[in-house]
Amino acid sequence: MTVESTAARKPRRSAGSKASTTGTKRTTRTTPKKGGEPDVIQLLTPEGKRVKNREYDPYVEGITPEQLRGLYRDMVLTRRFDAEATSLQRQGELGLWASLLGQEAAQIGSGRALNDGDYVFPTYREHGVAWCRGVDPTNLLGMFRGVNNGGWDPNSNNFHLYTIVIGSQTLHATGYAMGVAKDGADSAVIAYFGDGASSQGDVAESFTFAAVYNAPVVFFCQNNQWAISEPTEKQTRVPLYQRAQGFGFPGVRVDGNDVLACLAVTKWALERARNGEGPTLVEAFTYRMGAHTTSDDPTRYRHDDERAAWEAKDPIARLRAYLEASNHADEGFFAELEAESEALGRRVREAVRAMPDPDHFAIFENVYADGHALVDEERAQFAAYQASFVTESDSGVAAAEGGR
Amino acid sequence: MAEKMAIAKAINESLRKALEADPKVLVMGEDVGKLGGVFRVTDGLQKDFGEERVIDTPLAESGIVGTAIGLALRGYRPVVEIQFDGFVFPAYDQIVTQLAKMHARSLGKVKLPVVVRIPYGGGIGAVEHHSESPEALFAHVAGLKIVSPSSASDAYWMMQQAIQSDDPVIFFEPKRRYWDKAEVDPEAIPGPLHKARVVREGADLTLAAYGPMVKVCQEAAAAAAEEGKSLEVLDLRSVSPLDFDSIQASVEKTRRLVVVHEAPVFFGSGAEIAARITERCFYHLEAPVLRVGGYHAPYPPARLEEEYLPGLDRVLDAVDRALAY
Repeated sequence: MTVESTAARKPRRSAGSKASTTGTKRTTRTTPKKGGEPDVIQLLTPEGKRVKNREYDPYVEGITPEQLRGLYRDMVLTRRFDAEATSLQRQGELGLWASLLGQEAAQIGSGRALNDGDYVFPTYREHGVAWCRGVDPTNLLGMFRGVNNGGWDPNSNNFHLYTIVIGSQTLHATGYAMGVAKDGADSAVIAYFGDGASSQGDVAESFTFAAVYNAPVVFFCQNNQWAISEPTEKQTRVPLYQRAQGFGFPGVRVDGNDVLACLAVTKWALERARNGEGPTLVEAFTYRMGAHTTSDDPTRYRHDDERAAWEAKDPIARLRAYLEASNHADEGFFAELEAESEALGRRVREAVRAMPDPDHFAIFENVYADGHALVDEERAQFAAYQASFVTESDSGVAAAEGGR
Repeated sequence: MAEKMAIAKAINESLRKALEADPKVLVMGEDVGKLGGVFRVTDGLQKDFGEERVIDTPLAESGIVGTAIGLALRGYRPVVEIQFDGFVFPAYDQIVTQLAKMHARSLGKVKLPVVVRIPYGGGIGAVEHHSESPEALFAHVAGLKIVSPSSASDAYWMMQQAIQSDDPVIFFEPKRRYWDKAEVDPEAIPGPLHKARVVREGADLTLAAYGPMVKVCQEAAAAAAEEGKSLEVLDLRSVSPLDFDSIQASVEKTRRLVVVHEAPVFFGSGAEIAARITERCFYHLEAPVLRVGGYHAPYPPARLEEEYLPGLDRVLDAVDRALAY
């Protein structure tokens, strides 16, 4: 449930006169709306019917059946990975898992809009975006198993470490984008965050900095309706995408369960960034179908019928309906994907179970890049303590054996 | 080619040299550009290096540090200014949860060479929130390095070294000493950034301090000398890491230690020094390690700051107490 009372039109400020590379003339035409609800950009209905949208169709115009199947595959495999991780937590292999169930379209659509040179700043739930960037899913699990606090090299996939402090990464994304602009590079940056994060000062500050410096950054807010137990009404009195207007850049709301719309809208926003037109706020209106994390119990704060209503808008089901209706995928494709999906689940399971605990001395590793006398001293103390412990138990064993 | 200059000018020259030497070095903060900073530490830099490198930022400290982190991730080496000590707290979250930890959580793959400059300390008759010494709040955080120069020469060289460091450095500038002048030799070869220095040799007691209190300790040592007491003055220069080896060496010689800082004594850096030096020098000490510093009270209004700040007499009082054992 969000505040839908403001019958607002999209604040689509025309930023600069530079034509978009697709050459489309954007108008104020919007999708039909129900009484009083903000416009939501949608290209695929929940039933899987393609609807026309003059503004955003050009961004997915050339999409091939193969690419559509690719989006479907991405979403299915991401959901399978996510389900496996949830199971692994239940089995005690992971300490915690933050499921993305229901947000596959928002993440795959936006993730597949990116160019290789673009840079992603995720929260801790962007498993689908990580997948699009080519980050091995098993790399995401280390922090949830408790063997590291991230640990992948952000630069190898232009995918920054997961950020747990809510909203902090939007400033990093903005600073990174300021650097991109200084370098004159032809790339853009995307910052993910949620409806809860929209209340954070850092997010407001990132909007300010991005606007003032015209930074090439896309703020991609997945409004999944719930910040743990707090509904969006507890974060905002206006639809979130409207926040952008006050900062002086455009904001749009997209159907976050429509992978095609998310792809198109993110491409548009990235294009603006690359063209020097500055930041954009995209609010992907979606739903967290699962718990906040495996430690959460949503039955304490929301009703099953709400989830059921959103299940009818499932992102994967609707693309499947579209693929089938348009004969873009046959049974063989779905069967093959099912097998691939199971194989992925197996691989993830095996990788997690085989993940070794870190060496004890990892505590002292990489605290500083150039070293620190106190860390060295405490490492030595720890080593001496450990050594004494081993010696005692060894001698204990030796004594016991000697006594036999 | 040594030249006499004030601490503020020495930092300015050091920033200038860094901006010249490395195109990735940026200076950013509130009013650092056209105005040259409220203390004029960045005077003239924007004029010479342009708005792209000497950046006037929005008035938002978390935003300044947060975007500096992003710029560092992109390969830049930002030197950010927090206008006054008491204004760093909106950025405290970014400094503690992000800046300090990213190297470790990336298993060493990410480096954040960010310098956070903070003019700190009292003695300038300022209004509330303009006179504080929050260094202990940062020293408690692994991943940060904390330094504070006491002289123009150190200010120049320590800034050079802080910018070259691949670790985040919180650079506390003793604002009431900004106009103190001393020789700076840009051709010199500086010592290590985190090493303490004996600024006055003595035999009876060691005074350990950093930043603005070094001068007070030197004055105290001079006054004590007139009474026939020989005090050694140690300029610690770095709060994290602390150079315990140098403090230990001095205390093993003098057998008495008084630590002086403007920051409140309770949980201050003096407490850490006292604990560790007691451990290291237990059989050398003739007296407990004493501390002189601020009280457990908000920094007082300007008309009271002389009572609050450790001055010559309070330092000498502690010296007398230590020598009485």
